[in-house]
Amino acid sequence: MALRESFAGPERPRPEEKASRRRLIFRVEQPFGRGFSIGDVVVMIGLAVLIYVGARLALRAPEMVEGPTISLSPRMLPYYALRSIGRMAAAYTLSLFFTLVYGRLAAYNRRAERVLMPLLDVLQSVPILSFLPVVLLSLSAILPERTAAELASIVLIFTSQVWNMTFAWYQSLTTIPVELREASAIFRFNGWLRFKVLELPFAAISLLWNSMMSWAGGWFFLMAAEIFTVGQRDFRLPGLGAYLQEAASQGDTRAILWGIGAMVLVIVALDQLVWRPLLAWADRFKLETVEGENPPKSWFYDLLQNSRLLEQVSEKVWQPLNERVDTWLIRRAGAPEGTKGKGNPPYLLYAAGLIVGLGMAYGGFRTALMLLSVPASQWGEIGLGVLATLLRVSTSLLIALAWTIPVGVAIGTNPRAANYLQPIVQVAASIPATALFPVFLLLIIGLPGGLNIAAVVLMLTGTQWYLLFNIIAGASAIPQDLKYTSALIGLSRWKRWQTLILPSLFPYIITGAITASGGAWNASIVAEHVEFGGQTLFTVGIGALIARATATGDYPLLLAATLTMVLAVILINRTLWRRLYRLAEERYRME
Amino acid sequence: MPTNGYLLEVRYVQQIYRTGSRQFVALQDVNLAVREGEFLCLLGPSGCGKSTLLRIVTGLQRPTEGIVLYRGQPLRGVNPHATIVFQTFALFPWLTVIENVEVALKARGVPPKLRTARALDLLDRVGLDGFEIAYPRELSGGMRQKVGFARAMAVEPELLCLDEPFSALDVLSAEALRGELLELWTEGKIPTQAILMVTHNIEEAVFMADRIVVMEKDPGRVVAEMTVDLPHPRQRRSPEFLEQVDKVYSLLAGQTQPEYVELGAAPGEPGRIRALPPITINGLAGLLEHVAEMPDRRHDLYRLAKELSVDSNHLLQVTEVAELLGFATLGSGDIALTPLGETFAEASILARKEIFATRIRRLPMFRWLLSLLNVAENRRLKWDVVLRALELEFPPDEAKQQLETIVNWGRYAEVIAYDDATETLFLE
Repeated sequence: MALRESFAGPERPRPEEKASRRRLIFRVEQPFGRGFSIGDVVVMIGLAVLIYVGARLALRAPEMVEGPTISLSPRMLPYYALRSIGRMAAAYTLSLFFTLVYGRLAAYNRRAERVLMPLLDVLQSVPILSFLPVVLLSLSAILPERTAAELASIVLIFTSQVWNMTFAWYQSLTTIPVELREASAIFRFNGWLRFKVLELPFAAISLLWNSMMSWAGGWFFLMAAEIFTVGQRDFRLPGLGAYLQEAASQGDTRAILWGIGAMVLVIVALDQLVWRPLLAWADRFKLETVEGENPPKSWFYDLLQNSRLLEQVSEKVWQPLNERVDTWLIRRAGAPEGTKGKGNPPYLLYAAGLIVGLGMAYGGFRTALMLLSVPASQWGEIGLGVLATLLRVSTSLLIALAWTIPVGVAIGTNPRAANYLQPIVQVAASIPATALFPVFLLLIIGLPGGLNIAAVVLMLTGTQWYLLFNIIAGASAIPQDLKYTSALIGLSRWKRWQTLILPSLFPYIITGAITASGGAWNASIVAEHVEFGGQTLFTVGIGALIARATATGDYPLLLAATLTMVLAVILINRTLWRRLYRLAEERYRME
Repeated sequence: MPTNGYLLEVRYVQQIYRTGSRQFVALQDVNLAVREGEFLCLLGPSGCGKSTLLRIVTGLQRPTEGIVLYRGQPLRGVNPHATIVFQTFALFPWLTVIENVEVALKARGVPPKLRTARALDLLDRVGLDGFEIAYPRELSGGMRQKVGFARAMAVEPELLCLDEPFSALDVLSAEALRGELLELWTEGKIPTQAILMVTHNIEEAVFMADRIVVMEKDPGRVVAEMTVDLPHPRQRRSPEFLEQVDKVYSLLAGQTQPEYVELGAAPGEPGRIRALPPITINGLAGLLEHVAEMPDRRHDLYRLAKELSVDSNHLLQVTEVAELLGFATLGSGDIALTPLGETFAEASILARKEIFATRIRRLPMFRWLLSLLNVAENRRLKWDVVLRALELEFPPDEAKQQLETIVNWGRYAEVIAYDDATETLFLE
């Protein structure tokens, strides 16, 4: 530790807080990995084994799963909304807990770091939805059906939420300024005080932004989980997603509108009553040494702050309690830990590692056996499916780019338009695409190539917002003086786009596109194979293949297809996106 | 107590960093003793390991070798009787002024009522009453550092360590705060037994300390020690004061050696490699022009620092470059231009480039790199390749800075060019 700190020198420049924070909203930090490492291979094998175990368990899954009866009465909506929120909250709590433990381990234990970070990196780029069938089947093999479906949805949301939060926490912990660390050491903070006064506040803003991002992303997966049905197995869950699906399935326009209304209301309410106030409150944790120009505002937070009752509660209950807890924890923890000791080599850890290693070797062997039992014709189908889905993903990305670049630039370079449109765009973007999918189906299914179009539309709705947000942010970040200069030297419209606008947008487009393509791959699971209004529709694609394998109970195929999809996405991330991202960061970042 | 009058003793302390098979000596054989009642200053250029030493004596860092004795007892872990006032204040931005002070007491288990009373008293003493519930970001630099002092004093340390506490402040606040600290200290208003301050500002050291320990870099070591016997409050303009300052300058700037000694070895050769000070050419030209206007083309370094209003650390770096390139000689705290230096000062922009180019070609670092480039394919080398080579000689960060300086100078002299897109260095 001493070495790292002293060579890094005291003046490690922190990127300008505001700029980096603005970017944080829209982007998942991409660690600069150098292609594949041994760690990645180990992680990949681990993942394969995990899916294998899931597929094996799934053998015992019930042939038929009866779904819940979804009532379309609007009076049921509050109940459904609460069920959905409950699932989200449970998953988020789990994510937060996991984040704090995992990130800390990775940040403070170098041995752990070497395993945990590549793991995080791979998991971050895995299309989570591809696990849904495996998770659902394996859980329903060991648990009662309803519990299994509930648990699966929570696991799914958790896996979609947790990685960027963990990464943010890890990054915060490793970038705490040296002198603040030293101050807490010299003033003898114990573990608790360090966590409360130093680590958590330092990470608060980044953690909060990432929580918001995770929460928003979580809806997408929750809705997917709530409406998931294959063949004889109806895994739907009572919630807003299922309500919308049922409404669309029955073609009940009124119920659809009720459902969408409830959905928007829930999302806006959570934003206004939970996230905005938290943001306004967290503004105090800025590291900035000067007063910011426009701190985040929240009417609800102001309301709470002015409340006499809350003040009383804070004074009479919260503060004494806080003090009591602190005193207790400070006494209990006793003397602060000194500088990190070397300690004994952790034999227990080695032993555990050995067992895990052996388990993985055996699991890998069994996985390979199962994969070998997949006939060549099915591999051909898998290859074709990946290509078809890739084509769909690319198409949706291109369409999204085609409209978001001009619109984004128009909004971003025009502050007045931005003021009006930003909130509208935000609300539109906050509705999870998966919730609307049944509605699209209803509208599009009659057209030739119906499901194909619907799938692309679903991917598009899932992806375009990320791009739009990023492009707006990018366009509004183009320095005014550069705009003046290009006007002064009389650049033509096209030249201006070529020399100024597109290059300065490039990093933003790339970060948007990375998230967008991730979302599109995920969407393929839901979009390519649907049970709708009593009929089964499917198209060629890897998502359809996974769904078919689930429906027919073809577990080797399920394993092979899921693995292939995961591998394909990781490969694309590593070879294409990460390279572009690095190029963008190094060449086109204006800072 | 077997303290033989010393509060703190540092014996044969070495700090060595290893990267791969290379090792870098940050501190070599440092011996140091602080008496009770003493204000001791560690003075030296950046990179001489003085801040590292401070972290070692407070127990924040364990030395590779050697021991630290506190009141005759070997130090284990963080020294509970010492605190640090940090250069960058190290206040928690999310805590108010009073919370920042209180948290230090809270960590020691002081109950709430007593804690608040003590914090209020200290804030009062440093003149911060009325700002208790302000956040650090609402305060000026000087006031923030007052919070830093209040927090440090709140735990009533026996040994107060100051890590360049005034260098991040503007000139006026720094001066005011120095005076206030000295007042608290000399009049015994704080229970502190000794103060250990790290600085690279020569005047500051002479203004405040009872004793100055002068350190040098490559490797970090103690090179001299001097006592400052002037009574407080000291007069910065008095001849005695200036004489002391001049003396320190002559210790730190050294005496110009024969050229082969000054230039040192090239990377890969045996012998000490002279690291290039990370300064830009503009600063050098400004200095030479200024000295050229003086009678006899020579000047006192301490006056130069005043007239150019640069801090002594930066000035010494610039003069080191002037010396290295043969534009000036240093001795007894004076700088004198050589004929070449005069020519440079009076030359046109283009002529300056030419002179500069011929001079840097003589530097072992440039000789080494130019010969590398000459044998390289297409006379081009990747940045990373050169960096790896330099990392054999310098710690990674230092290597990077060396390379950046090389490119900066090389570009100015039109000797070496660098293409950022391909990250390659090539010959002009």
